[in-house]
Amino acid sequence: MRFVLRRLGHAAFLLVGVSVLAFFFSTLAPGNYFDEMRLNPQISAEQLSALRAEYQVDRPMAVRYVRWAGAVLQGDLGFSFAYDTPVAPLLWTRARNTLLLTGTATLLVWMLALPLGVWSAERLGRPVDVALSWATAVLLIIPDLALALGLLVLVVRSGWLPTGGMVSVGFDTFSVVHKLQDVALHMVLPVTVLVASALPVLLRHVRAAVAEALQAPFLRAAEGHGISRRRLLYRYVLPAAAHPLIALFGFSIGTLLSGSLLVEVVMSWPGLGPFLLEAILARDLYVVIGGVLLSTLFLVAGNFAADLLLYWADPRIRAETTGR
Amino acid sequence: MSTRSRLLVCVAVLGALHLGVACAGFFAPNDPAAQDRDHPYAPPMRLHFVDAHGGLHLRPFVYAQALRVDSFDTYEEDRAKAIPLKFFVRGALYRVLGVLPLRVHLFGFGDDLPVYLLGSDGYGRDLLSRVLFGAQVSLLAGLIGAGLTLSIGLCVGAVAGFWGGWKDEVLMRVAELFLALPWIYLLFAMRAFLPLAVPPLKAFLLVVMVIGVVGWARPARMVRGIVLSAKERDFVRAARGFGASGGYLLRRHILPETSSVLLTQAAILVPQFVLAEMTLSFLGLGVPEPMPSWGNLLASLQHYNVLVSYWWMYLPALAMVPFFVGYLVLASLLQGSTEAYKIEGAGSGV
Repeated sequence: MRFVLRRLGHAAFLLVGVSVLAFFFSTLAPGNYFDEMRLNPQISAEQLSALRAEYQVDRPMAVRYVRWAGAVLQGDLGFSFAYDTPVAPLLWTRARNTLLLTGTATLLVWMLALPLGVWSAERLGRPVDVALSWATAVLLIIPDLALALGLLVLVVRSGWLPTGGMVSVGFDTFSVVHKLQDVALHMVLPVTVLVASALPVLLRHVRAAVAEALQAPFLRAAEGHGISRRRLLYRYVLPAAAHPLIALFGFSIGTLLSGSLLVEVVMSWPGLGPFLLEAILARDLYVVIGGVLLSTLFLVAGNFAADLLLYWADPRIRAETTGR
Repeated sequence: MSTRSRLLVCVAVLGALHLGVACAGFFAPNDPAAQDRDHPYAPPMRLHFVDAHGGLHLRPFVYAQALRVDSFDTYEEDRAKAIPLKFFVRGALYRVLGVLPLRVHLFGFGDDLPVYLLGSDGYGRDLLSRVLFGAQVSLLAGLIGAGLTLSIGLCVGAVAGFWGGWKDEVLMRVAELFLALPWIYLLFAMRAFLPLAVPPLKAFLLVVMVIGVVGWARPARMVRGIVLSAKERDFVRAARGFGASGGYLLRRHILPETSSVLLTQAAILVPQFVLAEMTLSFLGLGVPEPMPSWGNLLASLQHYNVLVSYWWMYLPALAMVPFFVGYLVLASLLQGSTEAYKIEGAGSGV
């Protein structure tokens, strides 16, 4: 329990830290949304100062932070200047799409990395393992951007898959099955890019962790007892290698969140990426801060889940924190 | 081959690549900013060795391109007009490393004929020249960014590891914060709060600064780990016993221990930061036109018609592959060679 509390405290610290950081950076910015408005001849100086007073942009930094943080705790992420509505619902619809993309990609990449990593660690140094290492090296070298654009060019020219956006024209008229199928088809391309960009690093780590666990003497003993190869691999080796892999799980969420930002822009997936980019270009302050904060929340939640998993999977941690 | 000679080969190849980029003006046939409104989106020209009559030429040549009648973007080769490739020709003025003015180019076609070996962009600018000059911008951003990150990491790590106490506590907490965030979001957030519409040079410096500031946490933790273990070693204690000051100890005895880790980190960071610059510029938050960079050369692919119709606009995405391979091999070789004589516990801070 102490372990869980400590990790929860750590997560809270990260969130508060990021919010302070984002807020301080935002005050460093020269110019804001209203400065751009000043150039607009249709808005008078009085109107502008009224607006400034309404949004309280001239108050001191600390005051604004406390007010804003208090509002955030109540679920109010501030007001979008550009959309003239609260930020939270705007962000939420976008975040849902991003989560759909990264969630699917996370699931898929681990479903690929685990068996492939075990498979190649078992054949360490044999031709298949070497071939797989080369394949991951090639994937590692091709940057996300080049991969995403390359696949997009390929698909657009061949017309194999629908591209751009999340749904086809006339989505509202489709039946439920057709709707699901349509979204799934639109997801193929971005998810492929995300999986391909995250896979090589994960695969290498899984392979290294399993290869190390394979060297353990207890495995030799288990082998001597005549336990089958498959049972040996998945019941003995994988749990022994679990610790670094679960820690890696949190890392993989971060990579996929980062990657999905770029992929979403390239594939015009209606997620946080294009939305945030637009907000940056329009200097829509609270949308940017809210987006960064929300993505940090996802990341922290993912890491916390990994910590809980670790607590459940590794008896050493339980002993360490409860035995004292 | 021994690791040492492999390392030498790798460094030599990387050095040659970078030298080539530094002398981009020499290898580029055209001025990267020169526009040619008569040839927008001209496809890459083919180098021919066999002419229309079946005669073989040792010197490769191209046919002049002309817009097909009643079309705005399809070109046809003018078989009557063969332009031979010439070496060491005089052409557009450029400056080697920004100082030495020169006019000689490795190859060209003379007489200001529009020749596009990798095609041209929407303004009729030569893509090959832009990729070469863009490499200067992107690689420089990566190199300076990595230098900045490593210096910040070195300072922070040294202070945290050597003096410890509350400084260590605070610095490592902040480092955790930076490590926890997805890096593109961090990059975005920092870039968001800096001025957007600025002249190219200032934008370049801003981008380099943002990239350099974002990544300091990992090297700082590594340096801290090494400093922590190094300051307990006998020769450091001896020097301290002889009355050496803290600054002297750090400079003379402790920080040299971090050099191999810093070198490996540099080989890992440079390609990452080149990619960061590309990402920012691609999204329109980085180096703006008319300065070419690998990222903003790809930005036009965000338009559907460019993506579909002009495949050669994708070529800049492949330009970095040899550099990435070089840095990746360098990093793994360096990692292998430093592991052989790593001091105990030095890697524990990772």
